[in-house]
Amino acid sequence: MKRLAKWRLISLFAILALILSGCGKPFVSALKPAGEVADMQYDLMKLSTFIMVGVILVVLLIFVIIFVRFRRKDDKIPKQVEGSHKLEIIWTTIPILLLLILAVPTVATTFNLADVKEMDKKDSKALVINVRSHLYWWDFEYPGQKIVTSQELVVPTDEKVYFNLKSMDVKHSFWIPAVGGKLDTNTDNINKFWLEFDDKRSNEAGNLFYGKCAELCGPSHALMDFKVKAMSRDKFDAWVSSMQDVKEPQKAQTDLAAQGQDIFNKSCIGCHAVTPANKMPETARLAPNLTNFGDRSRVAGILDHNKEELKNWIKNPETYKPGNQMTGKYQDLTDAQLDALAEYLMGLKVQE
Amino acid sequence: MHVEEKMTYETWPAAPEKSTLESKNKFLGFWLFLGGETVLFATLFATYLALKDKVPNTSQHLAKDLFELPLTFVATMLLLTSSLTSVYAMYHMKNFAFKKMMLWLGLTVLLGAAFLGLEVYEFNHYVHKFHHTFTSSAFGSAFYTLVGFHGAHVAFGLCWILTLMIRNSKRGLNLYNAPKFYVASLYWHFIDVVWVFIFTVVYLMGMVG
Amino acid sequence: MSTIAQKKGFGATLWDFLTTVDHKKIAILYLIAGGIFFLMGGLEAVFIRIQLAVPNNDFVSAGAFNEIITMHGTTMIFLAAMPLLFAFMNAVMPLQIGARDVAFPFLNSLGFWLFFFGGVFLNLSWFTGAPDAGWTSYASLSLHSKGHGIDFYVLGLQISGLGTLIGGINFLVTIINMRAPGMTYMRMPLFTWSTFVASAMILFAFPPLTVGLTLMMFDRLFGANFFDVTMGGNTVIWEHLFWIFGHPEVYILILPAFGIFSEIFSLFSRKRLFGYSSMVFATVLIGFLGFMVWAHHMFTTGLGPVANAIFAVATMAIGVPTGIKIFNWLFTMWGGSVKFTTPMYYAFGFIPSFVMGGVTGVMVATAAADYQYHDTYFVVAHFHYVIVGGVVLAILAATHLWWPKMFGTMLNETLGKITFWFFFIGFHLTFFIQHFLGLWGMPRRVFTFLPGQGFDAANMISSVGAAFMSIGVLVLLYNVIMTSVKNVKVGNDPWEDGRTLEWSIPSPPPFYNFKQLPLVRGLDAYWLEKMDGKKGMTPAEPLGDIHMPNSSFIPFMISLGLFIAAFGAMYHVDKVAWALPVMIFGLLVTFGSMFVRSVKDDHGFHIHKEELQEDKGAKA
Repeated sequence: MKRLAKWRLISLFAILALILSGCGKPFVSALKPAGEVADMQYDLMKLSTFIMVGVILVVLLIFVIIFVRFRRKDDKIPKQVEGSHKLEIIWTTIPILLLLILAVPTVATTFNLADVKEMDKKDSKALVINVRSHLYWWDFEYPGQKIVTSQELVVPTDEKVYFNLKSMDVKHSFWIPAVGGKLDTNTDNINKFWLEFDDKRSNEAGNLFYGKCAELCGPSHALMDFKVKAMSRDKFDAWVSSMQDVKEPQKAQTDLAAQGQDIFNKSCIGCHAVTPANKMPETARLAPNLTNFGDRSRVAGILDHNKEELKNWIKNPETYKPGNQMTGKYQDLTDAQLDALAEYLMGLKVQE
Repeated sequence: MHVEEKMTYETWPAAPEKSTLESKNKFLGFWLFLGGETVLFATLFATYLALKDKVPNTSQHLAKDLFELPLTFVATMLLLTSSLTSVYAMYHMKNFAFKKMMLWLGLTVLLGAAFLGLEVYEFNHYVHKFHHTFTSSAFGSAFYTLVGFHGAHVAFGLCWILTLMIRNSKRGLNLYNAPKFYVASLYWHFIDVVWVFIFTVVYLMGMVG
Repeated sequence: MSTIAQKKGFGATLWDFLTTVDHKKIAILYLIAGGIFFLMGGLEAVFIRIQLAVPNNDFVSAGAFNEIITMHGTTMIFLAAMPLLFAFMNAVMPLQIGARDVAFPFLNSLGFWLFFFGGVFLNLSWFTGAPDAGWTSYASLSLHSKGHGIDFYVLGLQISGLGTLIGGINFLVTIINMRAPGMTYMRMPLFTWSTFVASAMILFAFPPLTVGLTLMMFDRLFGANFFDVTMGGNTVIWEHLFWIFGHPEVYILILPAFGIFSEIFSLFSRKRLFGYSSMVFATVLIGFLGFMVWAHHMFTTGLGPVANAIFAVATMAIGVPTGIKIFNWLFTMWGGSVKFTTPMYYAFGFIPSFVMGGVTGVMVATAAADYQYHDTYFVVAHFHYVIVGGVVLAILAATHLWWPKMFGTMLNETLGKITFWFFFIGFHLTFFIQHFLGLWGMPRRVFTFLPGQGFDAANMISSVGAAFMSIGVLVLLYNVIMTSVKNVKVGNDPWEDGRTLEWSIPSPPPFYNFKQLPLVRGLDAYWLEKMDGKKGMTPAEPLGDIHMPNSSFIPFMISLGLFIAAFGAMYHVDKVAWALPVMIFGLLVTFGSMFVRSVKDDHGFHIHKEELQEDKGAKA
């Protein structure tokens, strides 16, 4: 009875594993790589899994044979075997060889992924983005283009994009699973790495990748999602131009929005900028930059991007992101004020 | 051999600190404990080296400004000598010379206390003249933790030896208290060795810059 | 002190356990305390899985969830796994080497009470706010954490950790100095070897933790700046200190587990351990290499490719001695006569489970790929596979295996097998799918997850598994209670195939263990005698007076003093008037008790030869 159960168990696992490795959403799964870094990591995953499955099969085979052949049948004392020199050598050297096969590509990839020499070159054309993590939002500065945005990273496809990572309060970790592994944002130092966004696969994933914070940072660690819009170089340049064109706060288009802008200018503007020029030092950027808030796909990184949810968020941010730094920073607003403010914010766009 | 049995010079074993099972266990156990303490101090040294001269602003003093050779040299000589006196004490213990052992232990305690006194004076000097305190910078925290921890060990050791001396003053030597004196002297040597490293890594390297 | 059994009232029994220095009774204390903490940690796990069963759940708040995961990890590792292993090391190792107790019985008791009070202190944090920065308590988050949660963590673990360190030294000296005549190192049972290596690891791994906790305490309670970046401090130092302790810690957990399984495979196959020398060598190598790999927990911290590459390769290397062990266990059974008792069920379940955990370990060792796995559910799956599939299964197995030796009764086999199946199935149900959750993009330590990202079904399955494990544990509790109530006594070798010395003496042993120390003629000393047709061991000494240690209340007092002082230290930062006096009072209790211990002579007592001649092995 137990014998049958064991066979069933093993085959169940095997089938399950096969099916599950095909699952996962293309915009957030590391098993659906959409860039050079994720590709290299996926290759390492496959290699290591392949080797390890081999090991498991050998162990399982011996295991099953023991189970079937050597269960107690009588009271005879079996032969007491001290060991086998030959076997010891076999099961020492073969694992060492297998590990060597794994170690070589591991070391090579590790060095490849750390190659950020391009960032230090004087006339480099490479795109560099300064990522600054906060409780509970992400700040993205493009020093070469002199613009700042937040929560939604915009990047060109089919080229290496370099990142300077740092945290402004506690340790976080910057992770875009479908595109590459993570790197921590420390308070002490700047970490550097690169990612590449494949054009074809970005399109397949809907051009919107999900980013996650991957280091426990407080109650709303689970709610620190950010988004990544990957587009062709041309479209990216166009976006940068549109952002650079916003030299002063855009005028509100409707009366309601104008009322909202008034409210905004009386209090919100103390922390939230609505122009992308990065004249403020990073330590003074206390809240997400809202220049293109109207173009984004989420409110506060996690809520659906519509007026209702925006009003909900502003009315009571603590219920949506416990521990966030916006709670209590402004007076309660009436429903009419919220409506106007939301109208204004939803109208902050740089793209048609 | 019963631990409380009265011994004479003739019956006293060559290695009184490990002549019974209990004392063999104490001997080994304490060496192992010192192994753990070595790792502990090594960790404090590593932390100190990482945080040496890490101050928030230029108004704060660095290692090369703070440390002076004469005072540190005298302190080192005091502690090293106290280690030597404890060696003599153990020599006399092995030779069943109780009073001589007590004399040299007493000298050890005096020298150790002098070392501690100098260290208190030194810390006072840093705090008042240089405003180099435990809370003034990461460098300060690391310095006072490492050197202060060592100082606390010295203070504890002095209490330990004194307690042993007072408690056993009327008893003379026997196989119950001999291992106790021995273990205390091992501890004393240990903190002396740690001081040699502190002297080198903190003070000498600090002054060189 | 007579050896004749006495009927004891509740008060007398309580006092006996509060003051005992007998390794066997201390083992029972560790088993009970560790068991209670295991149940608490398990409850915390159930709450985690209930909260994560569906997206956007509000079973617990975000802040509470972070407290629960922190306490779950901290409790399970420090207050459940380690003490339960200590229970078996205490109960069995001295018997396996033919000793009458450990080298320092007083310190053994002190070790227990320090652990106990540290654990109680930590759990009192539930009343005012538990720590919420994870069991790893990284510095920037810890300094940021409001309330006293982290302080409970720092001080509780400091007190507990001291107990563990003392225990480690104790076991080392016992094994080195107190083996019975003829018991050379290469004749020691594997469980004793693994106790030996784990204890050496404890000696070297706990001081860095002590330092880390001290520095965190200084920063939080006394104004220091070790981890404050604005004052020149460095948060990565904490990571190094924690993991220089933390990685050896998990080998400290797994090595005794390996030792337990070595005993089980051998005993229930009626065959000596295959490749004994290799097994000893592999154990020592794992212990040594365990100190060389800590930064594999920091691959994404930004140490650079050179550091990452070196640590990746070193980590992979540990797979080799571990693999050696797996094969040696399999070949112990090969050609043997395998009886499927409850301990053997666990041993059998351990092989595939631990091998899976081990291979995902090699996967996370590949640094560049670890950039994807780190801080996701993949890692959660990996370490639960090795810890639950390795350590917990070993503890459950050892509970069955050595229950008769500790209590004189046998746990019910049928109930034991029911527990095994519920627990085993539940364990795989919960954790297998988590490998995929991590790869699909779900980070760890998240109090909830959003719908529409592909995580929903897998989380539900994972939560169902927790229910299965809970049932298994409840059945075990029932088993324990029923066994205790029925109280059917068994003899010295109830499994009938005992090979090592603990099976040669009564169940439970008399308080002095061996009337006469046994003469050991080879590996599996008792088995050798049995195969030669003898009933028991040949004595190595004539019958004589036995020197035994006195009980003492002082270990309890020393630990209580630190417990009290910790409250004072913690609240002094709130500038309340009573804090400093309480701290000083607590320290006075501790140092005062230590002083009393030092100056008051304690020579133990003797059991006289005549009493031993009458005594048929009754308990005191």
